[in-house]
Amino acid sequence: MAYAKEQRLVLNNYDKINPTSIDEYVIRGGFRALRKALSMSSAEIIQELKISGLRGRGGAGFPTWLKWSFTAPIEVDQKYIICNADEGEPGTYKDRLIMDKDPYLLIEAMTIAGFTLGATKGYIYVRGEYPHSQKILNTAIANAKMAGMMGNNIFGSGFDFNLQVFSGAFAFVCGEETAIIESIEGKRGEPRIRPPYPGVVGLWGKPTVINNVETLANIPAIINNGGRWFANIGAIKYPGTKIMTLSGDVANKTFVEVPTDTTLYDIIYTFGGGVVGGNFQAVQVGGNSGGLLPASLLETAIDFDSMQAIGGSLGTGAVFVINDRHDLLDVVKNVAHFFTEESCGKCTPCREGCQRLYDFMNKVCEGEATAKDLQIAAGLARVMNKTALCGLGQAAPTPVQTAIKFFGKKFEERINAK
Amino acid sequence: MDMVTAIIDGCGVEVAKGTTILEAAKTVGIKIPTLCYHPDQFIKANCRVCVVEVEGVQLLQAACATAVNEGMVVKTNTSAVRDARKTILELILAHHPQDCLHCIRNQKCELQTLASEYNIRDIRFDQVDRGLALDLTSPSIHRDPNKCIKCGRCIEVCERVQTVAVYSKYDRGFDVGVAPALNLGLGDVACINCGQCVLACPVGAIYENDQHDQVWDAINDPEKHVVCQMAPAIRVALAEEFGLNSGELQMGKIVAALRQIGFDKVMHTNFTADLTIIEEGNELLQRINNGGKLPMITSCSPGWIKFCEHNFPDFLENLSTCKSPQQMFGALVKTYYAEKSGIDPAKIYSVSFMPCTAKKYECARPEMNSSGYQDVDAVLTTRELARMIRESGIDIVNIAPEEFDAPMGIYTGAAVIFGATGGVMEAALRTVYEVATGDTLNDINFTAVRGMEGIKEATVNLAGTEVKVAVAHTTGNARKLLEAIRAGEKFYHFIEVMACPGGCIGGGGQPIGTINEKRQFRIDAIYEEDLGLPMRKSHENPAITQIYEEFLKTPLGHKSHELLHTHYTKRSLYPFSKEQL
Ligand SMILES: Cc1cc2nc3c(=O)[nH]c(=O)nc-3n(C[C@H](O)[C@H](O)[C@H](O)COP(=O)(O)O)c2cc1C
Ligand code: SF4
Ligand code: SF4
Ligand code: SF4
Ligand code: SF4
Ligand code: FES
Repeated sequence: MAYAKEQRLVLNNYDKINPTSIDEYVIRGGFRALRKALSMSSAEIIQELKISGLRGRGGAGFPTWLKWSFTAPIEVDQKYIICNADEGEPGTYKDRLIMDKDPYLLIEAMTIAGFTLGATKGYIYVRGEYPHSQKILNTAIANAKMAGMMGNNIFGSGFDFNLQVFSGAFAFVCGEETAIIESIEGKRGEPRIRPPYPGVVGLWGKPTVINNVETLANIPAIINNGGRWFANIGAIKYPGTKIMTLSGDVANKTFVEVPTDTTLYDIIYTFGGGVVGGNFQAVQVGGNSGGLLPASLLETAIDFDSMQAIGGSLGTGAVFVINDRHDLLDVVKNVAHFFTEESCGKCTPCREGCQRLYDFMNKVCEGEATAKDLQIAAGLARVMNKTALCGLGQAAPTPVQTAIKFFGKKFEERINAK
Repeated sequence: MDMVTAIIDGCGVEVAKGTTILEAAKTVGIKIPTLCYHPDQFIKANCRVCVVEVEGVQLLQAACATAVNEGMVVKTNTSAVRDARKTILELILAHHPQDCLHCIRNQKCELQTLASEYNIRDIRFDQVDRGLALDLTSPSIHRDPNKCIKCGRCIEVCERVQTVAVYSKYDRGFDVGVAPALNLGLGDVACINCGQCVLACPVGAIYENDQHDQVWDAINDPEKHVVCQMAPAIRVALAEEFGLNSGELQMGKIVAALRQIGFDKVMHTNFTADLTIIEEGNELLQRINNGGKLPMITSCSPGWIKFCEHNFPDFLENLSTCKSPQQMFGALVKTYYAEKSGIDPAKIYSVSFMPCTAKKYECARPEMNSSGYQDVDAVLTTRELARMIRESGIDIVNIAPEEFDAPMGIYTGAAVIFGATGGVMEAALRTVYEVATGDTLNDINFTAVRGMEGIKEATVNLAGTEVKVAVAHTTGNARKLLEAIRAGEKFYHFIEVMACPGGCIGGGGQPIGTINEKRQFRIDAIYEEDLGLPMRKSHENPAITQIYEEFLKTPLGHKSHELLHTHYTKRSLYPFSKEQL
């Protein structure tokens, strides 16, 4: 077993400062990166991000520099940067940790983003269930304004930037980036079709970059220490650290920030203290749309590509451990139910399919499913993966699919019991 | 123009940059199924039946929403594609009442057509009945929300084209639905009954209040003398119901069919269209000469009238007090015609065939009874007329043509063009010019006010006065125009407004499949008919001269006021009570 240890980059200030004290943030190096960034060109900053290899922490793993490089050169009267703090995946609270414990880090990062992209206005779209985080952010924004670190002519650079906290719409799908835009525009929170991509036609029709809280929180350190430093941390293709939040049948229901080459085994056993209440049965990584993985895959590293290669996903970094006292099929059924509640209902495959997958799991759990039902469900799941309009519907079948793939015996038992 | 080349199912295509896969495939004869796509609307990409494979892309792509890129390789007919489409269709159908046999859209339904094309036999998912109540609150439009496939086409046409915004989505996931706010009935909201949502709906979820059975009852009643009038926009569209091109169906054949159906008298709304021009033309001259309220705005479109009553009550005095041709006709049938033919008006059943669903509402307005009876007893749309013709087993294509009954069946080309946007304006100008100046027009074709442009403007010199006119079709365009007037940015003397795109030829009662391309064909057919008629100015219609001599005496006279003019009602935008909010 490799020697695993925590490495706190984005949680560097966690519990080390009074979160709303701007002075304490500055003493620990805060706003150095912003000053430095303001002396760089937009292209230089994007180049540094490219070297760093930073990729999205919101679930899709898209290279941040690439996303920025589409929007930065566009010349237009207004652009926007939106921070995605909707954090709707059950068992995930990493973004809240950052906002509650180090709000200036996010503010600094967003100001750098605004400067790089030429966006003078930013929104932080915070999950409706996080009123406390909203309050802290609002206080921090007001303080930053008073200290001249936000508003007009920041640090005498001539760059103006303003931030606004926007409370989310209490729906999982509203964390999808185009649904956020619809929601801020006052419309029903439904994903938009792409193209056009938000980077070109986004909020109010203007070029808009949307990044996750944790993605943004990495940027000040990259500016301070350089892209090369960051690229050397963790997995080669998905460098840096990742905050993982542990829940379920694990001894320490806690969070850890670890380099991305850490294995699932280490997360669960080294940091999580192992499985409690029974023996390991399965782990679901990445939230409700993540795959259910068996013990044989625990030596996989958590980085985006390694997880994808085994049919799972890093997602938001939620790790939900399930011991063998649980009826796994029942767990899968509950997850399937979650999607019937969270599908926005815009596109056919997801609107209808989520309900049908749940019906199927119900049948399985009741011992009424047949081999033909299983075949139909598997076919439906494949169609949903390939045809749903947004990530929710595309990923909604993953738990069912991975359960069939890795725990197929359990289905067979229940079906044959009939 | 920037061009891109791609390969679709092995066929090379070269199309303008930005062309979608759906459009590009069409150019090489490859048909991709669609449900949420509508050629006159924005791309919605929510039904997903149009998915195709694009080489190098993992997910299937919606052909309606994906632009062709240089070098793209597309496959529209792989087993994965067929499987996805079938699965999606089965998902929809399993959550949809499959009562095609007695559905109003049987054989005219996009979902049914696809189910047939994709050979849907066994549906792999259990049938779920939504159990929602029908909405029968409106006199014009009914809804069966159980049949809704949530494509959003009605939402768009009502909100973007008409700016009425009746519909919205409610709920989420499997239970998502589309309905008026608070799930109120269409009769309880500011719906203008235009029926554009009926035309937009791909399935049988929104449809006209079908009243053709009531007309059968009247025909079957030996006590009743059943007369009918027919609007100018019917002929060009009815042709399409019977597989002909717009304009290919002769008027006389429809007349013959109506007689075979059993109407005692077959007359033409065109007669009162000519009469409208005389009354409205004189009203305009009077307003201009006597400092009356300007601009004067036409009042033939009941959808527009209701829109104005709800949204622009400050413009009610601008509306011409002339009734629509349908209602003028109705008032005259039970007075002038009854008197002339010696029939007890109580025994007359007056039917109107219209391209319009709002006319169903109009005939039931309480003030529309100046004959002492409800002036028009029933309004049937073009679709209902087609149903009656089919039900009667009439071979309309081959039937021998017949003539309209006199006197209310004689008309001019000016009346014919009422059916197209700009037509009322043009007809009015032909008459007003000659009445005001005493000169004969050299060129009676006012082409500036013709065509599908949303708002058209022109200036006409009327005996020294520069008269400014404007024409708007769709209530969305009318809104723009009136807002500009309200803001003092624009001034006109005379405005024509039609609620439906293209005017009545594009009305909500026209055949399913009425899209803008077809509207243009119908407009062309209408102007062609006008061109071929011996009389093209309303004031030249001898039957009109006769009715003034025999009955009405003078335009805007006492009888006219009693029978041919009306008043309007201020309506709230939220007709439901505050408690319900
Ligand atoms: C249904 C759904 C929910 C999502 N919820 C979130 C969320 O809560 N937070 C988030 O950062 N990204 C969420 N995403 C991903 C965003 O769409 C987007 O990819 C992300 O915000 C981009 O930021 P990043 O590149 O920094 O990761 C969600 C995606 C989907 C499909
Ligand atoms: S996939 Fe689901 S959540 Fe996404 S647009 Fe379709 S219905 Fe809405
Ligand atoms: S809406 Fe279409 S598919 Fe549905 S019952 Fe009617 S005809 Fe059949
Ligand atoms: S009839 Fe017209 S106004 Fe009424 S809901 Fe349909 S489109 Fe909207
Ligand atoms: S009522 Fe018709 S047009 Fe409207 S969303 Fe439903 S299916 Fe589409
Ligand atoms: S037609 Fe393309 S998604 Fe509906």
